Amino acid sequence: MAYDKFVTLKSTAYPLPIENVDTDQIIPARFLKATERIGFGDNFFRDWRYNADGTPKSDFPLNKEIYAGGKILVGGRNFGSGSSREHAAWAVYDFGLRCVISSAFADIFKNNCLNIGVLPVQVSPTFAAKLFDAIFADPKTEIEVDLPSQTVTLLATGESEKFEINSYKKENMLNGFDDIDYLKNIEEEITTFAQTRPF
Amino acid sequence: MAKTLFDKVWDSHVVRSIEDGPDVFFIDRHFIHEVTSPVAFLGLESRGNSVLYPERTFATADHNTPTINQHLPVEDPLSANQLDALERNAAKHGISHWGLGNKNNGIVHVVGPENGITLPGSTIVCGDSHTSTHGAFGAIAFGIGTSEVEMVLSTQCIMQPKPKKMRININGKLGLGVTPKDVALFIISKQTTSGATGYFVEYAGEVFRDMSMEGRMTVCNLSIEMGARGGMIAPDEKTFEYIKGRALTPKGKDWDKAMEYWKTLHTDNDATFDVEFHYKATDIEPMITYGTNPGMGMGVTKSIPNASQVEGGVETYKKSLGYMHFNEGESMIGKKIDYVFLGSCTNGRIEDFRAFCSIVKGRKKADHVIAWLVPGSHKVVEQIKAEGLNEIISDAGFELREPGCSACLAMNDDKVPAGKLAVSTSNRNFEGRQGPGSRTLLASPLVAAASAIEGVVTDPRKLLVS
Repeated sequence: MAYDKFVTLKSTAYPLPIENVDTDQIIPARFLKATERIGFGDNFFRDWRYNADGTPKSDFPLNKEIYAGGKILVGGRNFGSGSSREHAAWAVYDFGLRCVISSAFADIFKNNCLNIGVLPVQVSPTFAAKLFDAIFADPKTEIEVDLPSQTVTLLATGESEKFEINSYKKENMLNGFDDIDYLKNIEEEITTFAQTRPF
Repeated sequence: MAKTLFDKVWDSHVVRSIEDGPDVFFIDRHFIHEVTSPVAFLGLESRGNSVLYPERTFATADHNTPTINQHLPVEDPLSANQLDALERNAAKHGISHWGLGNKNNGIVHVVGPENGITLPGSTIVCGDSHTSTHGAFGAIAFGIGTSEVEMVLSTQCIMQPKPKKMRININGKLGLGVTPKDVALFIISKQTTSGATGYFVEYAGEVFRDMSMEGRMTVCNLSIEMGARGGMIAPDEKTFEYIKGRALTPKGKDWDKAMEYWKTLHTDNDATFDVEFHYKATDIEPMITYGTNPGMGMGVTKSIPNASQVEGGVETYKKSLGYMHFNEGESMIGKKIDYVFLGSCTNGRIEDFRAFCSIVKGRKKADHVIAWLVPGSHKVVEQIKAEGLNEIISDAGFELREPGCSACLAMNDDKVPAGKLAVSTSNRNFEGRQGPGSRTLLASPLVAAASAIEGVVTDPRKLLVS
């Protein structure tokens, strides 16, 4: 087992209704110098969370006490664009989040999340807008993400929406398996295939 | 069945397909660098795995390396630690390693093609999103995360659902001063920064056929900036001419056999794409960006669009212009600049230095502009010297630095200070990308050169005709 299982998550959420959030914002390049996977949560959204002198920006959602403890981040469209740095997904995880909801994700970020046990949930723009409205109306409103039924529900109103995930990845998330577990099991098939490659 | 270029290469690398899941996808060539590989090696070792095919992985140091005094020990202890980790991991697992000072060292996406590692019809991955560069050779090449780096090290495969297919066709002839960078920035401005998410792009038409291999690399490099996983161009005589005789390309009978295969690598006439776009070469002018993603670009003579004219949220758009200290309706021409950066995996090749020199030759850099000219590799440096471009550069008041990623992502000391405005030939104008608080205008080497000479954002055509 490579990471935590993900089955059902019920939590408050941090709202970040900004579009095209790139991975350079999620974790700036100057914090990519570790050779171990530790401490990335501290620099999660570093330049949006902190002033140049290191004091926190109190109006940034991730710094607001009213959202503290949430395990879900609801982000704007095209979340996680740009650099392939998995450090962005690690920062999400290390900050204490287990799920990111958006109306659209950049491909590599989405893959990286799935590979470390953070569930990316893609919802319709309408449902994303409902989630933002609900959080802004009540910061303690709870969202339930249920992987077996592939639904995300706004508990206060009961409104819910189905989300897509292929059944292979779903099994992995439910059981905490990862791709290396799978690939090592078919190594013979891979080495046989490799012999057919001309270069 | 009729197939696209992408289908042909993809399908020939599928070890097995999982129902309602990804394909097990075989990787021919894997590049690693110091920033995204250390944790992959830790993972590999903690599971007790070994590197399955060390000869298929190639290590080079580029992301955090200094661009001066590379012969001295690296001062930043964290960077030095990553560089040591790369060297140590490569040695331990039998992987070739081009560290600082090695004659083959340079930016991973520059040195791969230079050394014949990049071949048509191959699959290439690297823990770097600009791996899409190698698609210029008719390879399927894309960026991956560190978990996937570990997968490739331990199994030579990753697990990927097959992306959808997009073709972008541009016919006609490009005008004076319009470079491959402008073509790419034009496409991204039309597609937006997310328009090609979920797709793999084939670039087709006269404009791409006419381009040099360096130009094709620039275009494919920027595919990720519209959300595409990668982009590719069908190999042709130019491709074969470029790769022939390079260190790691097939030789003799192997070359002849490979050529037979490579000549089949084109999209069949009746093959179909999920979506196609057609643009005209004559609609493209030298481009510049004005916002905080590469989709926020326009012709250098145009004005910044009003929020009501752009797709997406007004708040996000205003935040972006606010960061840049720009206003809707403003023109970029004449804005005073502080920094110029020529380099990166996008524009750090010989052709880019030739273009830059075509403008600065016989002129002088504006006194207040700080310029970093960073070749993509030692081979590019050698070529610059062989062509005498270094003299043009120094006569005009510029100096050449040593190869690396440099100010493109500012992991080393080449950082644009907060609030300063830079014209950069790199690939990303995100907030803080070139240093905390830095403001980046993405443009071609010609626009960068003209702006460095004039000290303000300048249409290069003005200097090309006079």
